[in-house]
Amino acid sequence: MLKRLACIAATCCATTLAHAQDIEDDVTSFTLDNGMDVVVIEDHRAPAVVHMVWYRAGSADEPRGASGIAHYLEHLLFKETDNMEAGEFSRVVAENGGRDNAFTSYDYTAYFQRVAADRLELMMRMESDRMVNLNITQEDILTEREVVIEERNQRVENDPGSLFREQRRAAQFLNHPYGTPIIGWRHEMETLTLEDALAFYERHYAPNNAVLVVAGDVEPDAVRALAEQYYGVIPANPAIGPRDRVDEPRQLAERRLQMRDPRVAQPYVIRTYLAPERDPGDQETAAALTLLADVLGSGQTSVLVRKLQFDTQDSVYASAFYSGLSLDDTTFGIVTVPAPGVPMQEAEDALDQAIAEFLEEGVDPDQLARIKFQRRAQLIYARDDVNTLARRYGAALTSGLTVADVQDWPDVLDAVTEEDIMAAARMIFDRNKSVTGWLMAPDTDLAQAEMTTETEVTQ
Amino acid sequence: MTRLILALGLFLAATVTARAEIDIDVVESPGGTTAWLVQDDSIPFVALELRFKGGASLDLPAKRGATNLMVALLEEGSGDMDARAFAAATEELATYISFDVSDDAVSVSARFLTENRDAAVALLREALVNPRFDQDAIDRVRAQVLSGIRSDLLDPDTIASEAFNAMVFGDHPYGTGLEGTEASVSALSRDDLVAAHQGTIARDRVYAGAAGDITPAELGALLDTVLGDLPETGLPQVADIAVDTSGGVTVVPFDTPQSVAVFGHAGLPRDHPDFFAAFVMNQILGAGGFEARLMTEVREKRGLTYGVYSYLVPKDHAALYMGRVASANDRIAEAVAVISEEWAKMAENGVTEEELSAAKTYLTGAYPLRFDGNRPIAQILVGMQMDDLSPDYVVTRNDRIEAVTLDDVARVASEVLQPDALHFVVVGQPEGLDSGIGQ
Repeated sequence: MLKRLACIAATCCATTLAHAQDIEDDVTSFTLDNGMDVVVIEDHRAPAVVHMVWYRAGSADEPRGASGIAHYLEHLLFKETDNMEAGEFSRVVAENGGRDNAFTSYDYTAYFQRVAADRLELMMRMESDRMVNLNITQEDILTEREVVIEERNQRVENDPGSLFREQRRAAQFLNHPYGTPIIGWRHEMETLTLEDALAFYERHYAPNNAVLVVAGDVEPDAVRALAEQYYGVIPANPAIGPRDRVDEPRQLAERRLQMRDPRVAQPYVIRTYLAPERDPGDQETAAALTLLADVLGSGQTSVLVRKLQFDTQDSVYASAFYSGLSLDDTTFGIVTVPAPGVPMQEAEDALDQAIAEFLEEGVDPDQLARIKFQRRAQLIYARDDVNTLARRYGAALTSGLTVADVQDWPDVLDAVTEEDIMAAARMIFDRNKSVTGWLMAPDTDLAQAEMTTETEVTQ
Repeated sequence: MTRLILALGLFLAATVTARAEIDIDVVESPGGTTAWLVQDDSIPFVALELRFKGGASLDLPAKRGATNLMVALLEEGSGDMDARAFAAATEELATYISFDVSDDAVSVSARFLTENRDAAVALLREALVNPRFDQDAIDRVRAQVLSGIRSDLLDPDTIASEAFNAMVFGDHPYGTGLEGTEASVSALSRDDLVAAHQGTIARDRVYAGAAGDITPAELGALLDTVLGDLPETGLPQVADIAVDTSGGVTVVPFDTPQSVAVFGHAGLPRDHPDFFAAFVMNQILGAGGFEARLMTEVREKRGLTYGVYSYLVPKDHAALYMGRVASANDRIAEAVAVISEEWAKMAENGVTEEELSAAKTYLTGAYPLRFDGNRPIAQILVGMQMDDLSPDYVVTRNDRIEAVTLDDVARVASEVLQPDALHFVVVGQPEGLDSGIGQ
């Protein structure tokens, strides 16, 4: 229960589900002559299709000083092209009974439409057009800049938890662009220009930097023919090379933040540790960390929930989180929301104590068996939702992984042992690689003392 | 048993017609419970959706939040299992059982693997029929609910909705948040939770939908297992309440950079003969996409917001027509003015032939795409029954959309859209907006 608290820990995507042999049978992948990767996922139960184009370009690929340009450009792709007027793309999709949208992350920008399967060709015609024919005007871009600033207001400025997340990430990544928010720093967003947008577009939008994912009631051969017709004719951009980003310096000291905001009703303690991500052909460590997060924080029988919510009741919510889907180093996190009357330091100490005990006690083999069975069951449940499957492939292929890595992942997870998980835990829980944050109201300590009294009176 | 085919051929005449076959079985269990089923064995699991009509609206006057807390405790121990034993059992079977509550219903969403379905169904039965309401679980979950209530008090969206609902519904259960207040939830006893359980989860108010790998006979047996030992009846449903708003603005001061506005007035109930016309009209005014008038005027042309929407809210005991927008404090007044203007414009002039045609193509084309998995299908099936629709609705629905004429929309727009009754609740530090009636 308590979905709201679960949002505190949420990273951009849920923990990656495994998938089954049955799914692999429905997945076909190939590469066009110009270097564009294509993944086709068949699901013939409903006459629908999702068509997605993913670019290997996200906010972490932005030039310094122009934060937010990847996301801003994503908005601008719905404006004018050489062949379509502003707004025409979405209007045509809607007139065909479909829905379209787009999203930007650190490592990718993706555009998608969900339509009846017989509309696939129309989607490809329009999406391939805006891959290279964007023709935006000064007027478009000023109004849309206001829109993305309002989007930042809605997602970040109005939400102290989001503001705090930005501060924590900036502390975690001193040098790597993951320390800059996807939507951009407000003062830089306000100065983004048409030239900034076009420079990013020309540098990153090309078939050899893109992945096409088509999922639903389609045949791979038909998709290939259409893809060759619409995307295959666009020349590759020879200037696109490997994505070299700057590295973090060695972290030598733990970093700590305290933020107070009058809009905080429920203080919490959250700590993230720099952690390795899934790498092509090398996913074992990430798999162990994935299961470590499950063991520590997934469900009522997990270690942190058991120790902090059930045994001591120091916490009203405790969890652990990790997503290995990332081009560069990512984070592993733990969080506790203290019960009324529990001061922040005590809450953090209790969290540390729980981790210390876990490092002594090891993994409960019954719990691990249940987690693995659930992961295998997810292979079955995942087949019910082809949109999520499509996203899984798109995100993986733009985060440095291959189709084979996606398909190996369930087996890699299944092979993780109790010892692997403990080794991962000993590796990750290094305070010198951590950022610890306390988010509080201006009078958090006082308020908690009062709250305790109140609870005692009313009960 | 009704056999239906859902046709998808309503696009352009020249294209190949795609078809989705949705066969709805109306299943009657031996014990007398009705469920709608779409059987499909291509994936070895079944999705089940149950709804108990009434939900949080059945909270007794001084017990606001009782149904919500009760529902949160259904997965926290039942029969001979405490909370952790129950959680371990669901994990062991890799089944998903979740409970939720709205103003009008308690909902159960479940997925069962075919390979261990009987054991998983037995767990669901225990949770629904035999919840323990252990005191330690009550205290633990109550602390979580209270944490949520305190957060809501500082969340501009929730502040706006709750202020709007309080203004419209007053003492009716719809007038307060279903989670209750710190005081009401703190005062709830175990007896209150038992009473809420007895009062809201009963056989005479259950609706069931299922999709996936199960036969009608198996589903019938499943329903009797899960529901057979529930009480026959519970609390009486609450009274309807008329919605009567005055135009104007209510400002709720709150120190945050972006103001959030919730606005609305009376709407149409789901069974109103004009509901379809209003539904089509709202598609053009403010639903979903970038093409809607509100989105075009407020976002695309003026850049005043990231999103602005309007929606019909046909609740069981009241009908609203509502919307939501958020803009920086120094721009919200303009957003409110533009929305009011669009409201009046459509009330006065209706919509164009082009807009109507585009809305119909979208709505009729999008409808079949909803049936794209066991989970969404089970949800649609239970929703249709709660709306008192018949199984053939899935084939007649698009015809009803197509039947809406330009005159229908113009008439409904002039009746439903009431610029003089449109009230905005604005939470923030809006510049140039003050509370007042009839602005």
